[in-house]
Amino acid sequence: MFLVALLMVLSASGTAQNIAVINRSELYALLAKNDDTVRVVNFWATWCGPCVAEMPYFERLERNKGEQKLQVILVSLDFTSQLKKRVVPFVKKRKLQAQVLLLDGGDPNEWIDQIEPRWTGSIPATLFLYRGKRIFYEGQLTEQALHSYVNQVKQLP
Amino acid sequence: MKQFFLVVLALFISNLALAQYKTGDQARDFKLKNTDGKMVSMSKFKDAKGFIVVFTCNHCPWSQAYEQRIVELDKKYKDKGYPVIAINPNDPDQQPEDSFDEMKKRAKGYTFPYLVDDTQDVARDYGATRTPHVYVLNKEEGKLVVRYIGAIDDNTEFPDKVSKRYVEDAINDLLDGVYVRNGNTKAVGCTIKWKKS
Repeated sequence: MFLVALLMVLSASGTAQNIAVINRSELYALLAKNDDTVRVVNFWATWCGPCVAEMPYFERLERNKGEQKLQVILVSLDFTSQLKKRVVPFVKKRKLQAQVLLLDGGDPNEWIDQIEPRWTGSIPATLFLYRGKRIFYEGQLTEQALHSYVNQVKQLP
Repeated sequence: MKQFFLVVLALFISNLALAQYKTGDQARDFKLKNTDGKMVSMSKFKDAKGFIVVFTCNHCPWSQAYEQRIVELDKKYKDKGYPVIAINPNDPDQQPEDSFDEMKKRAKGYTFPYLVDDTQDVARDYGATRTPHVYVLNKEEGKLVVRYIGAIDDNTEFPDKVSKRYVEDAINDLLDGVYVRNGNTKAVGCTIKWKKS
């Protein structure tokens, strides 16, 4: 009993989440999920100023989601060699609860259009997905716009 | 409802900003300041057959990863008629590392001009959205025609694992006098830091 309590305390007191490295097929599968959860998928990198600036909005969205079926997924495009050096410390320092993944996708020319044909490849870029419908935004979001897109994707015909 | 219209308006504006050159379009010349203080235009390069115009900057790790490869592109293709012209479009107010003074430091060892696009008009007219973002231009009947837009190659992180050299392939096609087979590629890059209006 004590041990269980101890483990719970340890896990609650900010043990950093495990950051999975995924390939592009795994990312496509994630984006193709077609259920009643709104997925907000943000493409970012640790050294990308506008990405870091908008990150608190995504984190707040995840933390304040309550009973809403909503998932924020932060897909890092940092170089794979920077996972331990930069991405893990970044996520730990900010105690991010939103799921963080690192994409090891190979040639971006092979996957950018698969993710979103309108995407020119700059980050930040964000997808809002709900029941097979989508909104795509390339650029830095305001917190108001983020919430607005979450609502809009649910109302798309 | 008002919010909804604002978002639609924002989408409309962001789409306008993304209007950009396509392959086959005529590219415009420019007159921009080099790190040595002199103004540079493409019209001054009488012997050039075309240009490798690279929108890049100081601070971006993807630009840094490609820096040496950009120097090598210039060394390889300048003598064949396709010199590199690098342009930094970023607003230094938002990214102090991309200031003109920092450009001067960065440009040591560059064999090509490194120009500042301080009004951002050139980047906007070309439709560049990220750094690095490459436009290969070809002189055809006195006009500069865009023949390739996109990435330098297929592996930013590991130069020794590159298998597709997109820019080189495009220029080699031009040098062979054939149609550029792969005129468009996409790459990940840092967003151009536009001035806040």
